Amino acid sequence: MTATHSLAAEDLTLAYGERTVIEGLDLLVPPGRITAVVGANACGKSTLLRSMSRLLAPRSGRVLLDGKAVHRLPAKELARTLGLLPQSPIAPEGITVADLVGRGRHPHQRVFSRWSKEDDAAVAAALDATETTPLADRAVDELSGGQRQRVWIAMALAQQTDLLLLDEPTTFLDVAHQIEVLDLLTDLNRTRGTTIVMVLHDLNLAARYADHLVALSGGQIHAAGTPEDVLTEECVRAVFGLDSQVIVDPTSGKPLMLPMGRHHTAPRADVLQGTSGS
Amino acid sequence: MTAVVTPLPSTVDTVARGRVRRAARRRLVITLLALAVVVAFAVTLMVGRTFYPPGDVLRVVLGSDVPGASFTVGTLRLPRAVLAVVAGLSFGLAGVTFQTMLRNPLASPDVIGITSGASAAAAFAIVILGWSGTAVSVTAIVSALGVALLIYMLAFKDGVAGTRLILIGIGVAAMGKSVTSYVLSKAGAWDFAEALRWLTGSLNGSTWEATVPALVALLVFGPVLLGQTRDLSALQLGDDTASALGVRVERTRIIAIVAAVALLAFATAACGPIAFVSFLAGPIAARLVGPNGSLLVPAALVGALLVLVADLCGQYAFGTRYPVGVITGVLGAPYLIYLIVRSNRTGGSL
Repeated sequence: MTATHSLAAEDLTLAYGERTVIEGLDLLVPPGRITAVVGANACGKSTLLRSMSRLLAPRSGRVLLDGKAVHRLPAKELARTLGLLPQSPIAPEGITVADLVGRGRHPHQRVFSRWSKEDDAAVAAALDATETTPLADRAVDELSGGQRQRVWIAMALAQQTDLLLLDEPTTFLDVAHQIEVLDLLTDLNRTRGTTIVMVLHDLNLAARYADHLVALSGGQIHAAGTPEDVLTEECVRAVFGLDSQVIVDPTSGKPLMLPMGRHHTAPRADVLQGTSGS
Repeated sequence: MTAVVTPLPSTVDTVARGRVRRAARRRLVITLLALAVVVAFAVTLMVGRTFYPPGDVLRVVLGSDVPGASFTVGTLRLPRAVLAVVAGLSFGLAGVTFQTMLRNPLASPDVIGITSGASAAAAFAIVILGWSGTAVSVTAIVSALGVALLIYMLAFKDGVAGTRLILIGIGVAAMGKSVTSYVLSKAGAWDFAEALRWLTGSLNGSTWEATVPALVALLVFGPVLLGQTRDLSALQLGDDTASALGVRVERTRIIAIVAAVALLAFATAACGPIAFVSFLAGPIAARLVGPNGSLLVPAALVGALLVLVADLCGQYAFGTRYPVGVITGVLGAPYLIYLIVRSNRTGGSL
């Protein structure tokens, strides 16, 4: 249970062609914790995650894993330490759950090596952890969105990395499945000490589940720290250009952001009375 | 390393059993296909205007002199059968490599113009330049690589999108075919069978001189592709996922493209672009094997079987003798139409 790998970005600039997405960004991922990256659409959240997992070479600056530039590390060596679940992975037609999860063993296998007992054990452990064991022989195509997302997480788990990056792991899931996935990631973090970095679009879920919240805006970090420090009315205005009210979530004790649009923002008298009366 | 949480023994058992079952299915299909190829190969050697029993054929193949059979089997039928197998294996391997890599059954090299590029260049070298042998093979491979590069570059925009590459490739294929037609129109005394060789592919008049370069290419580039099996399987999950699993995506793609194009070009230089074999082999293999592992070997065997059987049909099933490419073309065209119709219905995602 060693969660001592350090992952950091140093003066990182990322660009697609002429378009600079991230500029001079410094980021330190707290080891053994859950970090959530939030920000407006197209603010570079996914780009940052892609670069941290070597998918995108920096224009300048570096991403450092244990002090070594990830873009210089051998691909398989990196893949044994750092896993990434992209936003829209593709399941080959008809592939079974166990087979797909087994693909996570790729960095642990050589070109012509045989499948080992450790491989089987790792796949089984990943299925157990994600409670997808009953689905093992089913085709991935037949599963519901929530089940499928758990299977993809299982694949990333079979990779047995100490760091796991996830790009919007809750997209396209209904609220119950979103909670299910986030609970699963929290379990992983607590039982195995896996360092988790995820891009989330739901601010409130990010504030509830993350130990460390990073708010991106205009290719820079606007604020980083505990959810209480980061999720403020000022921050929401600066990052999203949205007026809001931030209260304490009665369920979790974490900050809860209530957006203020142009409509439906005048509190109803009876509700106010009901609240004050109780 | 993260501490491995001990899995339930029953889960490990489920995982192991599933894996063994998938491997067994794949092995069974490969064994049956290999047997079928051997049988079709033997039939090709035995059947013809004169029938030779297996004993005679075997003796000729092993090098003894059998009156009559030595010429017919050894000189006429053996190079043809060997070329059929070599070309079928090469086309099958190359096709399924492209289809796997680009995650699309339409992305086969004979649909996206790489084969027709090689074919056009080979026809040009022979008819206009009067070249033969190795020079033709080299011309074919260089132009096939050139065409592949051209399509790749034209389709490249923030990475290669499968659909765009396929559309551009279909256009390039049409250009290659028109170049071939033009070149053939310049060949005054070119006879019909020879012309068809460069349009649809034919095994007529196969010689060892034509077969050996293709065989050598298969022995060199076949293993290169097989060495990429795991990385190609990872690429099926998408470039990002493959990369996150430690695959060097661009490097794998370049190795696979070069090896597949080389296989295609050498086979095409020997027998022309036998229509739709690369296109059909992968999907047929996928049907047979199911989602039970890599399709490279099964698709190669299906390719060989297709060419052998189509050639037998073309020679003996009808009153007239048709080149093998006509038969495979008749098989392939409806499937191509089916795929295009289906991709239209599903909104082009294929």
